[in-house]
Amino acid sequence: MQPASPSKLQGLDDLLRRALAGDERAYRAFLTDAATIVRRFAAQRMPRHSAGFDLEDLVQEILLAVHAKRHTWRPGEPVGPWLFAIARYKAIDAYRRRGKRIEIDIAGMGDVFEDPAGAPTAIAQDVSRAVASLGGRQRAVVSALSVEGKSISQTARELDMSEGAVRVAFHRGLSAIARKFGRD
Amino acid sequence: MQTDQLIADLASQATRPKNQFTLPLWLAVALAPFVALAVFMPMLGPRANFVASLATVRFDMKFVVTGLLAVTALALLAALARPARPVAYRLKWLALPTLMLLAAVVVELLVVPEAAWAERAVGQNARNCLIAIPTMGAPVLALFLYALSDQAPTRPALSGAVAGLAAAGISAIFYAAHCPDDSPLFVAVWYPLATAILVVGGAGVGSRLLRW
Repeated sequence: MQPASPSKLQGLDDLLRRALAGDERAYRAFLTDAATIVRRFAAQRMPRHSAGFDLEDLVQEILLAVHAKRHTWRPGEPVGPWLFAIARYKAIDAYRRRGKRIEIDIAGMGDVFEDPAGAPTAIAQDVSRAVASLGGRQRAVVSALSVEGKSISQTARELDMSEGAVRVAFHRGLSAIARKFGRD
Repeated sequence: MQTDQLIADLASQATRPKNQFTLPLWLAVALAPFVALAVFMPMLGPRANFVASLATVRFDMKFVVTGLLAVTALALLAALARPARPVAYRLKWLALPTLMLLAAVVVELLVVPEAAWAERAVGQNARNCLIAIPTMGAPVLALFLYALSDQAPTRPALSGAVAGLAAAGISAIFYAAHCPDDSPLFVAVWYPLATAILVVGGAGVGSRLLRW
C-alpha cells in the first residue's frame, strides 16, 4: 500500500472533506487523484493482458463505488485505507466475475455459430431482459439511450434530469447489467 | 465512456440528494429494542414474578450475558459497516459474553448436585426458546441489514452474520425476562442454538443483500 506519497494522501483528506461539504471543484480534483492512485493499484494487482478484463472498467467501477459510498468516510479518518479497502473490494468483485466467465464451457458454442439467423432474436431478447432487470431511472435511461437510440441531451430533457445524472445512471445501469449477466 | 467524462459527471453530483431516505446505523440500533419489544409484549410478556426474580443471581446473570452479547456484537457491527475500520480488536471482545456464560456454567455445576444437571439443562422451555429468540430477532435483523445496505461492508457475509448475532443478543434480553428457566446450563445449551439460527440467516441474506 504505497502507491502514493503520504502528502498526496493527506491532500486527499482535505479534498474529500471539502467535496462532502458540496465543493464540486474539490470533488473533481479528489476523483482525478483517486483515479490515478486506483489505476496504479489495479494495474499492480490485476493480470493485465487477460481476455475479458479491462483495467479502465475496473477503475471506473471503483470510482462509482467511491461516489456511491462517499458518506461512509468520516472527516478525521485517513482517506487512504478507506479508498484502498473499496478498491480491493471492487477488484475482488471484478476478479470473481472474470473467473466465472472463464469457467463457461465453449464446447457447446458450435451450435450457436452454425445458426447465425438465430442470433439477432436471441440478442434482442437478451437486451430487453437485461433492461427489464433494472429499476426506475436506470431503466428509463438505459432504454432511452441504448434501445431507442436517443441522445443524452434529449433523454435528460424528457426525464427532467441533468445530463451528468443521465450519464451516471447510464453507466450504473450498464454496470448492473454487466454484474448480473456477465459481460463481453 | 471515458474515465475523465465519468469524473466530470460524478463531480457535478458532489452533494448527496436529500430526498433519499436512509437509515443510519445508530438509529437502527436505537430502534432495535422497540422493535423487539413490539413483538415481545403481545407474544410473551415478562413473567409474572419478574420484579421478585431480580433478586436472584441466576435471573440477573441471563441479562448480563445477553446484554454483553448485544453490546459487543453491535460494536463489531459498527466497525464492519464501513471500509477499513479495524475489526480484529472488537472481534476479541465477543469472548467476553462467552467467558461470562462459561463461568456461570462452572459455578452452576459446582453448586448443583450432578443428578439435577440434565433436568436443568433441558428445562421446560427449550422449544419456546428456539422459536421466540429467532422470531423476535428476525425483524431486528431485517432492520440492521436494511441500515447496513446503505453502508459499505467489505465482508457482506460476515457483516450479515454479526448483524444476526447482535439481533439475537437484543432478542435474548427480552426472552430472558419471560423464560422461567434461569439455570446457566439451560442458557448455555439453548440460547446459543437459537442465536445460531439468526447468525446463519444473517450470513445467508447478507452475502446477497449487502453486496455493492
